[in-house]
Amino acid sequence: MHNSSAITAITQKNKKQSQFAVVLRRLSKNPSAIIGLIVVCLLVIMAIFAPLIAPYPYDKQNLLNTRKPPSAEHIMGTDELGRDIFSRIVYGSRYSLSIGFLAVLFSNIIGMTLGALAGYFGGLVDDIIMRLIDIIQSIPGILLAIAISVVLGPGFINTLIALGFGAITMACRLMRASVLGIRHQEFLEAAISNNASTFRIITKHVIPNSFAPVLVGATMSIGNVIMSAAMLSFIGLGIQPPTPEWGAMISGGRALIRSCPWMVTFPGIFIMLTVLAFNMLGDGLRDALDPKLKK
Amino acid sequence: MSNNATSFLEVKDLVVEYTSEGSVIHAVNGVSFALERGKTFGLVGETGAGKTSIAKAILRILPDPPAKIRNGQILLDGIDLLTLEEKDMRKIRGRRVSMIFQDPMTALNPIMKVGKQIAEVIKLHNKISNKQAEAEAGKMLELVGIPAERFNEYPHQFSGGMKQRVIIAMALACNPELLLADEPTTALDVTIQAQVLEMINKLKRDLNTSMIMISHNLGVVAEICDDLAVIYAGEVVELGSKETIFDRAAHPYTVGLFSAVPTLDEEKERLVPIIGLPPDPSNLPAGCHFHPRCPWADEACERESIPLREIAPGHFCRCIKVSAQEN
Amino acid sequence: MGRYILKRLIWMIPVVLGVTILVFSIMYLIPGDPAKMMLSPEATPEEIAAKREELGLNEPYLVRLGKFLGGIVFRFDFGDSWVYNQPVTKELLNRFPRTLTIAVICIGLQIIIGIPLGIIAAVNQNGLGDRISMFIALFGISLPNFWIALMLILFFSVKLGWLPPFGIDGFKYYILPCIANAFPGIATQARQTRSSMLEVIRSDYITTARAKGMSELQILLKHALPNALLPVITIIGNGMGMLLAGTVVIESIFSIPGIGMYLVGGINSRDYNIVQSSVIFLALAFTFIMLLVDLAYAFIDPRIKAQFARKHKRGHHA
Repeated sequence: MHNSSAITAITQKNKKQSQFAVVLRRLSKNPSAIIGLIVVCLLVIMAIFAPLIAPYPYDKQNLLNTRKPPSAEHIMGTDELGRDIFSRIVYGSRYSLSIGFLAVLFSNIIGMTLGALAGYFGGLVDDIIMRLIDIIQSIPGILLAIAISVVLGPGFINTLIALGFGAITMACRLMRASVLGIRHQEFLEAAISNNASTFRIITKHVIPNSFAPVLVGATMSIGNVIMSAAMLSFIGLGIQPPTPEWGAMISGGRALIRSCPWMVTFPGIFIMLTVLAFNMLGDGLRDALDPKLKK
Repeated sequence: MSNNATSFLEVKDLVVEYTSEGSVIHAVNGVSFALERGKTFGLVGETGAGKTSIAKAILRILPDPPAKIRNGQILLDGIDLLTLEEKDMRKIRGRRVSMIFQDPMTALNPIMKVGKQIAEVIKLHNKISNKQAEAEAGKMLELVGIPAERFNEYPHQFSGGMKQRVIIAMALACNPELLLADEPTTALDVTIQAQVLEMINKLKRDLNTSMIMISHNLGVVAEICDDLAVIYAGEVVELGSKETIFDRAAHPYTVGLFSAVPTLDEEKERLVPIIGLPPDPSNLPAGCHFHPRCPWADEACERESIPLREIAPGHFCRCIKVSAQEN
Repeated sequence: MGRYILKRLIWMIPVVLGVTILVFSIMYLIPGDPAKMMLSPEATPEEIAAKREELGLNEPYLVRLGKFLGGIVFRFDFGDSWVYNQPVTKELLNRFPRTLTIAVICIGLQIIIGIPLGIIAAVNQNGLGDRISMFIALFGISLPNFWIALMLILFFSVKLGWLPPFGIDGFKYYILPCIANAFPGIATQARQTRSSMLEVIRSDYITTARAKGMSELQILLKHALPNALLPVITIIGNGMGMLLAGTVVIESIFSIPGIGMYLVGGINSRDYNIVQSSVIFLALAFTFIMLLVDLAYAFIDPRIKAQFARKHKRGHHA
């Protein structure tokens, strides 16, 4: 409005380039997002090539060399069983990252489907789905994860389910909002009048157009899930020792915090770095997809 | 241009640019015009031609960033508004110069009572009590045809036309010398448009306010304006009295604008649209900015920028083809 | 207005029932025999059977659900702890004030620190203050609260010896847990306030206010802030939920006998009634807070207020 000519110019430009290229270009100009992306990539590389990067096997005990502070041999020290903390952290990235990615992936698939159905059909379908979502959201996420975790017991898959369940709600809401937002737009009406099938409309038109907010939400929730996973391990649920999960490592070092603070400090720094990287990337994506908030 | 000292408002060589993601958008490129006291001046052109930027530059309320006034003077009674201290400029906004915005739906604060929004500007520029300001605001509401009892209602309780009346009341509340009306009827229903327009016209006459009317609608301009400028790509392409321009439109763009409007007096075979789209303001065509769409254009038009020339007394036109034709 | 409040109160009923049924049903699915797990491995089948009978585990799902639900709805009774045979409700109510104290202090910090930071950042958008505070806020939302808690203990209790690392014997004992728990909330609040504020600053009505001749400070106080703070109320409500949940970890780290520590204790002793009751209790507390938030909106935001006033009128005509 206030700078209609400027906006016209921008939209004209956007039409020329593909939307994706524009987003990438904006993203590449955002140093924070790039740092986030680099850190995420480094962490993924670390997880994939853990055996090559870790100087010691993560479960190799050395009872002659327990509770050693950081040194040249063990850059992050050793734990109460003489295991190398850095090696354990390197292996631990496998659990944190895969839980983060997979829980968010599954919860988003389910959440987006529900949200698309609710938004597209409206009426009773919408009411039932959204009331269910309301109820799930009335339980703070981590409490829900605790309850499910208690029932399912420890383990990778179980933790994944426990954390993914609560994350469904956000994906569902975002998707529903997007669908409602674009439902009455012309191209959709055109598709309907062309007798396109409902399934086709949802997959070809609704989902691609709702992708942006869901992608931002998903990136941010990867960070949250990783943090929650660590918290579950910390209170004795989720992934448990001797698995080198970061939260479990902090939990294990907690009793020794006075004598060996490094056992607690380093895994925590890695949780923070990982979550921070995803959040920086998520922020960057949001700004790139929705530049009006930035400029 | 009549460069006599009596001009109430004089805009000289105004340049406004927007910076967006590294590219510069040339919204206003050296616009000049003058307005006498009590008269109405029309700025006509397509959406995105830079009209709103001109009005906002006069009030100095362009969003900075991204907008910057790069050059020019805006003389109000001989004082250059662009060099005023912000503190002094605030005393001009809302009191001596006020503005009616394009979209009444978003121009009012949604969580403030409409009466208060009017009283606010009165209180700001007059040394009176809150009570007096509110009483004045009530009178303003009545003036624009809204019962004063609706003082305590919120914008969402008003229809679009009523909201625009509130905005008009707000703009006129301090009896300004100059009113900037930026497409005041575009966002309204056709039936309401005429009412609002008539009201603005009447109030302006009663209060002897000068006005700049921005519109892409020639009908609106015909009804209200004394003089007008046709704006294309941030430049004045034709300027003169309403009669001159309506009767003897010279610039091909103006001619095109008229051909694109259905008229009742003339029997026309069909409406002739202006071909093409307005140019990308971050990448304006060289020479005459209109040449890619101009039916008369030849190589000469692309070579260098075309000056605004007086083709008849008081009638200015930015086209090299025209002077040849007229003489 | 009264109608809206009534409507909102009535909506509480399905939420309370839904939350209770959901959590109960999740916990019902626990594999294995809780009775067996609670008794020593040498327990005879008779002892186990007796325990099952005692816990009411032999009854079908619907009967158990009905009893549990009825107890909560009609008598606010969560039943007994499986391990200690103590009434859970009494324990929850005894512990709740401590949990609530921490949550309220934290929400106070979140409002007092988070909102001004967000406003300052938005007003100086892309300036140094904005960049610094948003960078800190980004860290804030990326730090696990249990790790902050341990680092605070390490620094302020172990290294400096200024503050007690656990217990609840007075004001000093609340400082570290509250900082650890509030940190993510403050950061979230600052970020959300900033984006809410930025959106408002770009609104047309702010331009209108500027065209009236108001100073930037007047515009900020009279037009921008009231509009920007409306959505912030929701963040405060949600923050309260996060904080209540966050106390689970914080309380067990600092040995604060609140509901969170009770819950973790229940997990460790496999006392699943404690677990499900604590989760339900905290969820209900959160639901109640969100009710207050919605009612606050209805009083503050004229758009919502009028929406229901109008519906009211329409209701009469129909």
